[in-house]
Amino acid sequence: MTPARRKRLLLIGLMVVGIALAVGLALRAFNSNLMFFYSPSQVVAGEPPEGALFRVGGMVVEGSVERPGDGMTVRFGLTDNQHTITVEYTGILPDLFREGQGIVAKGRLRPDGVFVADEVLAKHDENYMPPEVAGIMKKPQGTETGR
Amino acid sequence: MIPELGHFALILALVVALVQATVPLVGAQLGRVSWMHMARPAVWAQLICMGVAYGALTWAFVTHDFSVRYVAANSNTALPLMYRISAVWGSHEGSLLLWATILSLWSGAVTLFGRGIPLVMLSRVLAVMGMISIGFLLFMLLTSNPFERLLPAPIEGRDLNPLLQDPGMALHPPLLYMGYVGFSVAFAFAIAALIDGRLDAAWARWSRPWTTIAWMFLTLGITLGSWWAYNELGWGGWWFWDPVENASFMPWLVGTALVHSLAVTEKRGAFKAWTVLLAVFSFSLSLLGTFLVRSGVLTSVHAFATDPARGLFILVFLAVVVGGSLMLYAWRAPAVRSHVHFAPISRESALLLNNVLLVVTAASILLGTLYPLIVDALGIGKISVGPPYFNAVFVPLTIPLALVVGVGAMLRWKQDSLARIWKHVRWPAVISVALGTLLPLLFDRWTWQAALGLTLALWVGLTTLEGFRDRLSGRDRPLAAFARIPRGFHGMSLAHAGIAVFIVGIALTTTYSVEKDVRLAPGESWVLGAYEFRMVGVKPVQGPNYDAQRGEIRVFRDGEQVAVLYPEKRIYRVQRNPMTEAAIDPGLGRDLFVALGEPLGEDGAWSVRLYYKPFIRWIWTGGLMMALGGLLAATDRRYRQLARRDARVPAGMAEAAA
Repeated sequence: MTPARRKRLLLIGLMVVGIALAVGLALRAFNSNLMFFYSPSQVVAGEPPEGALFRVGGMVVEGSVERPGDGMTVRFGLTDNQHTITVEYTGILPDLFREGQGIVAKGRLRPDGVFVADEVLAKHDENYMPPEVAGIMKKPQGTETGR
Repeated sequence: MIPELGHFALILALVVALVQATVPLVGAQLGRVSWMHMARPAVWAQLICMGVAYGALTWAFVTHDFSVRYVAANSNTALPLMYRISAVWGSHEGSLLLWATILSLWSGAVTLFGRGIPLVMLSRVLAVMGMISIGFLLFMLLTSNPFERLLPAPIEGRDLNPLLQDPGMALHPPLLYMGYVGFSVAFAFAIAALIDGRLDAAWARWSRPWTTIAWMFLTLGITLGSWWAYNELGWGGWWFWDPVENASFMPWLVGTALVHSLAVTEKRGAFKAWTVLLAVFSFSLSLLGTFLVRSGVLTSVHAFATDPARGLFILVFLAVVVGGSLMLYAWRAPAVRSHVHFAPISRESALLLNNVLLVVTAASILLGTLYPLIVDALGIGKISVGPPYFNAVFVPLTIPLALVVGVGAMLRWKQDSLARIWKHVRWPAVISVALGTLLPLLFDRWTWQAALGLTLALWVGLTTLEGFRDRLSGRDRPLAAFARIPRGFHGMSLAHAGIAVFIVGIALTTTYSVEKDVRLAPGESWVLGAYEFRMVGVKPVQGPNYDAQRGEIRVFRDGEQVAVLYPEKRIYRVQRNPMTEAAIDPGLGRDLFVALGEPLGEDGAWSVRLYYKPFIRWIWTGGLMMALGGLLAATDRRYRQLARRDARVPAGMAEAAA
């Protein structure tokens, strides 16, 4: 083997190692950062693993929004028309958060069954329904969106 | 009448595109010069048609022609003129029209500035661009006609999405599309070269300035988009790893790799097949980006409608473009293998490393973006891949990139020695580690992230500067020598310095930002870092097409007032959507950002979001420097000179045609 060729082989070898490392990193990060989406019914049925970070979506129950304390913490019911869970969020809600609107919340389930969200998403379109939420809603009662 | 004219112009454009895509191509194969000469007039005819169509839609917006469904859905009589003009690309149909119009603009530019390119090559390039044009025009005419009538016409339109009523948003899509579509030129050159079977330095030289300009537009578009998101979305973030952002970032990463590998192909004749592949991928990812964003597959503010016919068309179109070009590649690429040798320590190796890192980064972002869609389509479940994944992949992959960027630019082609490079980089290494470790002490606490970021930024900046010193060392008159440095080198160095500035911005913003959501009643205040935010009150005000609650918040530092901020909560009268309009006091060293939440209780209190964002402007400044660097590099004199020289030597035209 000529020195030039050995060098080239070394270079290729290094690159293969580098790429393998990168792929390994990516897959590891990938596995530990996948976030699953559940419906309130699935949450009630105890499907999400305990203590896991996950997303839950549904419709904000009409008349359920309350602000205990100084008003920075909001509590509301989230439903898929079959089961309802209570969601708690501290901070500023997105502009389009409204009762009767479909939203997606990201967070963890507290042992008492309250879902503590660290992020609430509602989208900028008056007839918008997040696709995930639209998929899980059971037989909508009345009209679908609150315009 | 005018909308029908626009519709007709679109159909005419399709017919012309069919001619443009076939006649010159066949002419090039058969060596018929007159057929090849059809390319230019076809491009111009198409440009005129697209201009008429685009003008017609703009006219419909300006004159409030609500009998056009698209106008009725995206405009309103109260909408200011500027936003009526930008509303043309405010939604799906119009943005496709913009895409196709920009494509014909680029084709026109190729006929204008591509004078030095041999006729055979030019005919093939323009024919390929004609094919892309056919795809987009068909897509528009079959599934998303912007000129569709709505009868009877409503009296009032539904207004433009309030989020898009912002100067940044008016400019962002055209810039982004200039970049996306610009890669079609690089793609067309690559395909033309594959058909030709000859990939030489000349080909890379023709393709290079076009690719760099497209890359510049894409850089500007992404930078502006990030700035808009920060300004307008009211979350105070500048990048969310949102699928839509990723859709624009992936072609950028691969395009950046392409810009660099083109340099190797031009200067050294190496990486030929790889460069072609990158050109194909950049454009395919641009297409994927356009379609991901516009098809409604993705859950995001950018997504508009979901229509199965559109989705199907998109899939087929993508399959034809990607599959067709890869097949051509598989058939032709073995013939263009390069036989150039280079040492492990050489600029080629550094650029190879750059390419590998950029492409792997793009691939891992693609994985994170598409995986949820695939899982959903297979019906396994609904998952999402959040920012932690992207950060975990992006940061480790880009740190080595920052380590080699300045050094790679200093390395000699073919072979260099570690000893020579070490002489150049030892001081930059010492200084950047020392300063990088010490500088974070100036902030309220020392963190390793900030230290790492600043060290990397200093390293990139200092090695880039050292590149200049290397060029000037040993010259008698450094000033004269400096003036003789080609513009391409200045462009490259400016872009690399932009990376340094960008890293400073990211490192300091992510480490030292302070955010707080608080309840503030009139007269109350909140201390955030060194700043005191005092709420004066919230009053109603009226805008042209919205009503708003406007807060007044005074910011003090050491008892002295530094800013008065007026954040607003707007309700646009037509769509009745609330919109948060954040107030920002910008600065080179820090931004103060205030957004209103909601009214709380009787005493006039509001929930308020307060941000202190150090050095955030550096992120966009870095982006602008990269774009400007691209512009400098693309306008290097030698491209023009070489173009002229090539024009005088119509080398091997006849045999290439055969």
